[in-house]
Amino acid sequence: MNNLIILPILIPLITGVILIFFTKNIPVQRWVSAAGFLLMIVAAGMLVSHVYQDGIQTMHLSNWEAPYGITLVSDMFSALLVLTTSIISFFVVLYSFKSIGEEREKFYYYPVVSFLIVGVNGAFTTGDIFNLFVFFEVMLMSSYVLLVLGGTKIQLRESIKYILVNIISSALFVIAVAYLYSVVGTLNMAHISLRLSEVSDLTIITVIAVLFLIVFGLKGAIFPLYFWLPGSYYAPPAPVMALFGALLTKVGVYSITRTYTLFFYHDTGYTHELLQIMAILTIIAGVIGAVAFTDIKKIVIYNIIVAVGVILFGVSVFTENSLAGSVFYIIHDMNIKAALFLLIGIVISITGTSDLNKIHGLIHRYPGVAWTFFIASAALAGIPPLSGFAGKLLIVRSGFEAEDYIGAAFVLMSSLLVLFSVMKIFIRGFWGAPRAYKNEENAPVKWLLFAPALLTAFAVLYGFGTEAIYPVISMAAETLANPEIYINAVLKE
Amino acid sequence: MEILMAFLVGILFMTATYLMLSKSLLRIIIGTGLLSHGAHLLLLTMGGLKRGAAPLLGENAPAYADPLPQALILTAIVISFGVTAFFLVLAYRAYQELGTDNMDRLRGKEGHE
Repeated sequence: MNNLIILPILIPLITGVILIFFTKNIPVQRWVSAAGFLLMIVAAGMLVSHVYQDGIQTMHLSNWEAPYGITLVSDMFSALLVLTTSIISFFVVLYSFKSIGEEREKFYYYPVVSFLIVGVNGAFTTGDIFNLFVFFEVMLMSSYVLLVLGGTKIQLRESIKYILVNIISSALFVIAVAYLYSVVGTLNMAHISLRLSEVSDLTIITVIAVLFLIVFGLKGAIFPLYFWLPGSYYAPPAPVMALFGALLTKVGVYSITRTYTLFFYHDTGYTHELLQIMAILTIIAGVIGAVAFTDIKKIVIYNIIVAVGVILFGVSVFTENSLAGSVFYIIHDMNIKAALFLLIGIVISITGTSDLNKIHGLIHRYPGVAWTFFIASAALAGIPPLSGFAGKLLIVRSGFEAEDYIGAAFVLMSSLLVLFSVMKIFIRGFWGAPRAYKNEENAPVKWLLFAPALLTAFAVLYGFGTEAIYPVISMAAETLANPEIYINAVLKE
Repeated sequence: MEILMAFLVGILFMTATYLMLSKSLLRIIIGTGLLSHGAHLLLLTMGGLKRGAAPLLGENAPAYADPLPQALILTAIVISFGVTAFFLVLAYRAYQELGTDNMDRLRGKEGHE
């Protein structure tokens, strides 16, 4: 029993509620949300250190014992994701001060971001499958508002599609939970795992596993189900795009990882094979998009899809090393995607366009932006010693060890093409003859650069400090690879 | 009874799919409503349909109903209610702004305002 677990959910919730009362007072909006998010980072950091020292932390809400009430569970994986989420959201809020515009700030931008973080942190923390659905809905509802906030034509048009896709996937989520409940008769995730190991009829479990894959795949954008993502993520302004790109798809990926390591590990023949094929196809589809487009937003958006594929490939190989690689990579990717989207936001605020053909020579006037972007792209592609390297190395190596040569080869090749796709932005957008842009004078580049520069610095530190961080990551992977650790921590206290 | 419910849920899903594949935005929204109704009924059925006992588990209780599906459905209904309301408002606003509720004309190329 540890009350610290609920703080990363409670702090943004209270922040959001307070902010609703002061909608027209912009300084209050800005600084209260920044202070709240800073507090959340502290709480999440303490949570990680607790988990590191004492193992998995649990909290039974209202003191209902484990299988009966709702349990919050923080293992290392979820604690690390909560910490990463807190850090990213703090920097995105700082970035928003001078980027999102007063109109949006007056219309509940900061409260809605807070509620979004409630949903994301809740989804990472909860140990109850139906509670996961509820936190998903909290997150989605906030994301609908963030997507449509501002009410431009493209936003309204894309919001309709985004909401429709998510309503369908939510209905499928309820259906999947219904089937699961009819088989195991419980909702506590540890208890489900325990009961599933007693079920003799594996076919129904496979059906449920695939249904969950579809549900979370729709949210996490895996191969045939990512169709909605490039359009919807294109519409909102840069800070919102950073939040979506860094956090929302990762919640889907987290849920797939959690269910496929905790529930469906008995009969991996069909389900994990399917996951692997879909992961590889996701990588291919993402890479094609990233290479093909000449719109900087599109390029980075398709890189989200590539990363989802890489992480899920690590999960599908399902050895302790490959899971460690996935944990490494998901944290790296959240961090670096946020940095890249924020950097692209700076480029767009300078040039007023996201079309790469109309952007040249930014490096002459904005060397800081250019070199931060260069380091961030190198980290994205996984050039050693930067942050993407260790995760990919672990994933690829364990892929070869498990004799999944094709998948591992695709992960390797994808790195090359990912590097090409972002270097294309660097070479064509930052090099070349400088030219003048209309809104150039108004862009508060110095302030905007602060957040992505720090996130990129994290990426560098994360890469150089791999050796120091590795014990934490391997602890997360150990829990994922051995579900009984999780089950014992929740049920036998 | 379970068989009957299964047919009902199937018909609801069928109707919902048909409506969601149509072009009119309003029909799509009604379709999402029916889809979530179907999902909720399925959840109720999957929890097991029982009659005639309160959901109280005493030491000597001969029978009891499982209260959990009802609690889950209540939550899910509230959520789908909120989402549908939001969707309706969004549809109206989009109609005002874009001048159409035909999904074919909402297709749009990226980057075009």
